[in-house]
Amino acid sequence: MARVLLFGRLSDVAGWRERIIDPAPASLFALRDLIGAEDPALAEALGAKGVQAAVDRVIVRGDAPLGAGAEVAFMPPMSGG
Amino acid sequence: MIRLQQDPFEPGALLTGFSAGRSETGAVVSFTGLARASGGGVERLVLEAYPGFTEAQIGRIAEAARARFSLQDLMIVHRVGEIAPGEAIVFVATAAVHRREAFEAADHLMDYLKSQAPFWKKERGPDGERWIEPTARDISDAARWEQERGEAP
Repeated sequence: MARVLLFGRLSDVAGWRERIIDPAPASLFALRDLIGAEDPALAEALGAKGVQAAVDRVIVRGDAPLGAGAEVAFMPPMSGG
Repeated sequence: MIRLQQDPFEPGALLTGFSAGRSETGAVVSFTGLARASGGGVERLVLEAYPGFTEAQIGRIAEAARARFSLQDLMIVHRVGEIAPGEAIVFVATAAVHRREAFEAADHLMDYLKSQAPFWKKERGPDGERWIEPTARDISDAARWEQERGEAP
């Protein structure tokens, strides 16, 4: 199981903010491809410049393995405070 | 102390609390940022945070300032959720032995909060909604601290 969180305009594009994916894919990229496969607009938004991913609240660059119960967040460029 | 909150806050009360009981502090500096209406184009700001992650990232910004400016203490209160024009959106206070460190640390904290804190901000107005990203000015304001440090002997 993985918990997926979308922030900023990503949740507007997808129409959801939080989802449980069960069973969880083995990697971050596999998860991204899975949620993008059913929503081309979201796939494009996730691939846009400046979108970052965090696994268990740690920013990761590139792919990363997903452990059981991973929390995965996709974050568009931050607005700042 | 770092706190995110939905409810409005009163900056004066925060400053009074922060300043109290400091017999070894020579300087307290505070900054309050207000939400702007931008000529009537903004009716609400909507600020989204990533609970846990946002506080942790702000904590890193705070620790960098605390170490660089030898702060005795600092306080950051930031609103999330819906904010009306004229309401306070952010409050920063710093305490140091001398004023220069307190002034500069508050300035430094705000520059990094404005450019690097994980918030997603949306303006809601009569013409709809739009997401905001840091301005070129926000980014260059933060970069000047890196330059100052790089040029230091």
